[in-house]
Amino acid sequence: MIRFAALQFRTQSAVALGALAVTAVVLGLTGPHIVHLYDTTVATCGADGDCSSATATFLSSYRLLQDLGNVVIVLRAIIGIFWGAPLVAHELETGTHRLVWTQSVTRTRWIAVKLGLVGLASMAVAGLFSLMMTWWSSPFDRVSMNQFPVFSERGIVPIGYAAFAFALGVAVGVIIRRTLPAMATALVGFVVARVAVTIWVRPNLEAPVHLTSALHMTSGMGFNQTNNGPISVVGGHAGDWVFSDRIVDGAGHAVGGNFLDQGACLQSRGSAACTGRLREVLVYQPASRYWAFQSYEMAIFLGLAVICGAFCVWWMRRRIS
Amino acid sequence: MTAALETNGLGKRYGRRWALHDCTLSIPTGKVVGLVGPNGAGKTTLLHLAVGLMAPTSGTILVLGAGPGEGPAQLARVGFVAQDTPTYAGLSIAKHLRMGAWLNPSWDGDLAKRRIEQLGLDPRQKTGSLSGGQRAQVALTLAIAKRPELLLLDEPVAALDPLARREFLQSLMEVVAEHGVTIVLSSHLVADLERVSDFLVVLVTSHVQLAGDVGALLASHYRLSGLRRDPSGLPANQQVIEESHTDKQSTLLVRSDGPILDPAWTVKPVTLDDLVLAYMGQARDTEHDPQQGLNVIR
Repeated sequence: MIRFAALQFRTQSAVALGALAVTAVVLGLTGPHIVHLYDTTVATCGADGDCSSATATFLSSYRLLQDLGNVVIVLRAIIGIFWGAPLVAHELETGTHRLVWTQSVTRTRWIAVKLGLVGLASMAVAGLFSLMMTWWSSPFDRVSMNQFPVFSERGIVPIGYAAFAFALGVAVGVIIRRTLPAMATALVGFVVARVAVTIWVRPNLEAPVHLTSALHMTSGMGFNQTNNGPISVVGGHAGDWVFSDRIVDGAGHAVGGNFLDQGACLQSRGSAACTGRLREVLVYQPASRYWAFQSYEMAIFLGLAVICGAFCVWWMRRRIS
Repeated sequence: MTAALETNGLGKRYGRRWALHDCTLSIPTGKVVGLVGPNGAGKTTLLHLAVGLMAPTSGTILVLGAGPGEGPAQLARVGFVAQDTPTYAGLSIAKHLRMGAWLNPSWDGDLAKRRIEQLGLDPRQKTGSLSGGQRAQVALTLAIAKRPELLLLDEPVAALDPLARREFLQSLMEVVAEHGVTIVLSSHLVADLERVSDFLVVLVTSHVQLAGDVGALLASHYRLSGLRRDPSGLPANQQVIEESHTDKQSTLLVRSDGPILDPAWTVKPVTLDDLVLAYMGQARDTEHDPQQGLNVIR
């Protein structure tokens, strides 16, 4: 059964291998140059004393490829749907299920092998894409000093996304029994799940750290205030995922209003008078949790994929004809 | 002896509609069984239930003495050629044969290869580019090379032109001669089955209207014609299946255990076609008018 599943999967796998090869060549050719750029501009900017323009120039190089790469990673997960939705639905559409389910292989084994083989392939392809992209982007990510904004495009989470997209596609195809409507429905479902997890689940994978400390301004930090509201601190927490960073006075009240204009001490950036009186209230996820978060989120999507897969097997055993 | 197919009160419901309802029948092994019935009689549903493609809503079904599709061993015992003979359009004939070899432990690769050769088909050709007749032959090859004990075919020739139809049925007969497999093939046309089947099951609105050995059926039915008379006066061993009357004449199709001795009748043998149509008509009349009688005068 594995051999037959592989035979049916040969076109898709050839396309995927081709795309992987093209990506590998493009990234492999440009990657070393990026490292070279990094070494000659950003790494040595400390000596020139003008790091901000050096990093800006560096970050703007290969802008198109950077964006393209991130798009490809996102698409790669969605391609799971293109592999998943037709897996059973196309057989039902063309009637070939009546051919293959009357060979000497039980339907349960048939679906289990297909889910396993194509599902693993989806994960492998997504993982390889992500690995290449993570490697290629590492100089940029080092300069922008924060991995959380590109959380979904790096590391291991794309593997979970791909597995879920695939299994969801199969499950929806099994219910709807038609390829195109199944693809569209699975796409909507996938996007909803991704957005929901990103907005509501990811920030709370672990309780955020609440940190109150004396305000100590360093280079790279600044203030932000809208409409004379509370003042918050921007920058200065490399790699952390900052939810809020407010300034409070000694009594714990938010500092706002026109304080920025009057507060000479603030403008003097951290004079002793300031730091003694004002405090910084920071709510954030530390950079050290990045890989734990990657693992949690991947586990969530793998879990969803397993649920979808189990549903397919269950449904095939009792409902399909 | 175990029946090839044995059902008891078998039913399958889709939503509110019964595709097959309260079907009880027994089909013996070692025969070529024609399953005839009008469209919507439940033939396809019955065959799908028999290969385990669907599960019954009510009743029981045994195929070669076991539950249909129960595990790989039972699947291997039953070959199936589905309606419109589906194949993978993008795969070549050779790849279909490879599929057969991979998915069936009892696969007879030589037989499959030989048959494709005999049919003059190029194994490299994709089945999507084959004619309906050729595709049906490939589907039949797949089902035969599995070496099943029972081969079920659902309207295998319905979509074929007369020539392809004859060639297909010819192939089927060769299979029977060579491998002695029990065959059940369905059709809504008696003519398709007449040449090949030696056992007939007439299914009308999921009820078995007639089942029996073709030779015995033909030998026990007669067409009688003569001056108009009330058929209720016939001897007890003669059962009227179909009757039609004009002002002067009566024509009957009767089932009789013994010969027709009444000299008032002109007796003719019946064809299988007449027989099946008569039984289908009987079912229809029963349905519309439960009080059978002379009120069917036309």
